[in-house]
Amino acid sequence: MKRLLNALLAVALLAAAAPFLQWALLDAVWRPDPAACRAAQGACWGYVVEKHRFILFGTYPYAEHWRPALATVLLLALWGVSALRRFWRPRLALVWALGLTAIGVLMWGGVGGLPYVENGRWGGLILTLLLTTFGLALAFPLSLLLALGRRSELPAIRAICVAYIELVRGVPLISLLFMASVMLPLFLPAGVSIDKLLRAQIALVLFAAAYLAEVVRGGLQALPRGQYEAADALGLSYAQKTLFVILPQALRVAVPALVNTFIGFFKDTSLVLIIGLFDLLSTIKLGLTEPAWSGFGVEAYLFAALAYFVFCYAFSRYSRRFERQVEPSASLRDIA
Amino acid sequence: MALGSKKTRRVAYQAAALAALAAAAGFLISNTAANLAERRIASGFGFLDREAGFAIGESFFLRYDAGQTYLQALAVGVVNTLAVSAIGIVVATVLGTAIGLLRLSGNRLLRGVAAAYVEFVRNVPLLVQLFFWYALITDTLPGPRQALEPLPNVFLSNRGIYLPSFSSVPSLQGFNFAGGIAISPEFGALLAGLSVYTAAFIAEIVRAGFLAVPRGQVEAAQALGLGHWRVVQKVAFPQALRVIVPPLASQYLNLVKNSSLAVAIGYPDLVSIANTTMNQTGQAIEGVAIIMAVYLTISLAISALMNWYNARIASRR
Repeated sequence: MKRLLNALLAVALLAAAAPFLQWALLDAVWRPDPAACRAAQGACWGYVVEKHRFILFGTYPYAEHWRPALATVLLLALWGVSALRRFWRPRLALVWALGLTAIGVLMWGGVGGLPYVENGRWGGLILTLLLTTFGLALAFPLSLLLALGRRSELPAIRAICVAYIELVRGVPLISLLFMASVMLPLFLPAGVSIDKLLRAQIALVLFAAAYLAEVVRGGLQALPRGQYEAADALGLSYAQKTLFVILPQALRVAVPALVNTFIGFFKDTSLVLIIGLFDLLSTIKLGLTEPAWSGFGVEAYLFAALAYFVFCYAFSRYSRRFERQVEPSASLRDIA
Repeated sequence: MALGSKKTRRVAYQAAALAALAAAAGFLISNTAANLAERRIASGFGFLDREAGFAIGESFFLRYDAGQTYLQALAVGVVNTLAVSAIGIVVATVLGTAIGLLRLSGNRLLRGVAAAYVEFVRNVPLLVQLFFWYALITDTLPGPRQALEPLPNVFLSNRGIYLPSFSSVPSLQGFNFAGGIAISPEFGALLAGLSVYTAAFIAEIVRAGFLAVPRGQVEAAQALGLGHWRVVQKVAFPQALRVIVPPLASQYLNLVKNSSLAVAIGYPDLVSIANTTMNQTGQAIEGVAIIMAVYLTISLAISALMNWYNARIASRR
């Protein structure tokens, strides 16, 4: 009986999946030929083939595409190296500093014979990766301050941090992006202006900091009181206690939740499309405005989904493996 | 040595923080005032009484035309946001619970399908999914004249989905359908996107909730001779609910906030209408303030409601 049910179920699943597979693979057109696509019954992956340079690099000058390509590889390599615990040494910070400098030189140019490219022309995958990297790098220290502030004994500081965190978490990211794109110019003194990319980056940092702060607070709360009391008993100052006793343990507990927040943030960077930046999703979408390729949205967005999925899934697999490796420190459990 | 005493230091730190905050706020406000004066933008909410002059694609309950005021246009936006959020919460809860239970099913195939759904949907940005659903409706469905009719009097076309209502059935008139219940492509795509996306998160919460029920509870109920369904209904579900409700509340909040992505596919929600208003009037500060105030109010209302419900089920032991 159970076997029969399983067989029926498998047949039903196959029957549901077969038309999709027929459309996506068997009848699909891979050549970048819109006429062939319109004539065929299947999916038009030719769109992605035709537009791959635009999808990856946006409106970056065509002859210079090797520069964002190299920058993308470099940035992914930096992330990859940082994922390995064996490289978790202070020297890693130096590697990041050098790597980011190289990426900056590649992207902007203007030195060593590289023509200058203003950041308004940056786009595609590298823009998404840069917004994520700098967003997290700048939001994380801010989130530490906010989380510590929220647990501070000083009522005024606690109130400021609580108000900030709850306000940002209570409104949609779009409203912060609108605020950055239309209100930020009004906030600045006359004569000072900042470009669109930087404005979006500021909004993303302010947004991520509030969410990361709550994750860090979770880690802080998971620490047994004894740790705080022991540090106090040793006569450590607040800075010593926080830097050498509390944060190293609290952050270790918070790692899985932090990685989940990182993944969410990577997905959220796609919202910059709404205020007119050319990130990965935006370049995939923009190609459809060309009349020859209009009407292939389903294929374009399935490709976008796959592209984001690859990054997010790799990250979440990593976090699960990490969780198993770093069973929260034995010492912590012994004390608790 | 008053300066060194702990109490004095505490006061000094807090005073310094407040002073820094006030200085920053003062700096921003004076800059803003100067910039507004230079651009001749009058601040304040006076513009709300002026005529909006733009049409809105669809409206729930409220009647609206382009001759009405900005205030009325924004009210339509708030109602549209609430409508899609409310329906989305119901659909996402039903779908998410079903998938969460499938993940606990004894059948390996069903478990695998549910797990694949959760993994894929959670790892793709909602905005991509919204664009996908919208393209699926507008790019792949036929025009109204060749509309698909999967069930009697249910029509699917690239102009939307038409369902029969109690009083009338949809029929083709001119270039589109009239009568029945019309679901626009924008509303359909937004509802599908929000429900499918949030359901993946709800499924994980439901699964964790049931896994948190101690095995002994279920075994004891079975030992008492209760049937399978009675065990779930009377023993497992009430206990799982206590674990499920708090994270469920935050998923509902996320759904409401995520409905603001409507602006990207042209559904006239609050953000979309406020955006049009800001573009027409230049009242950027007021527009963003209205968006934030409305979402904060909705967020607080939902968390108050869920806290009340949570307190009720937690006390009913």
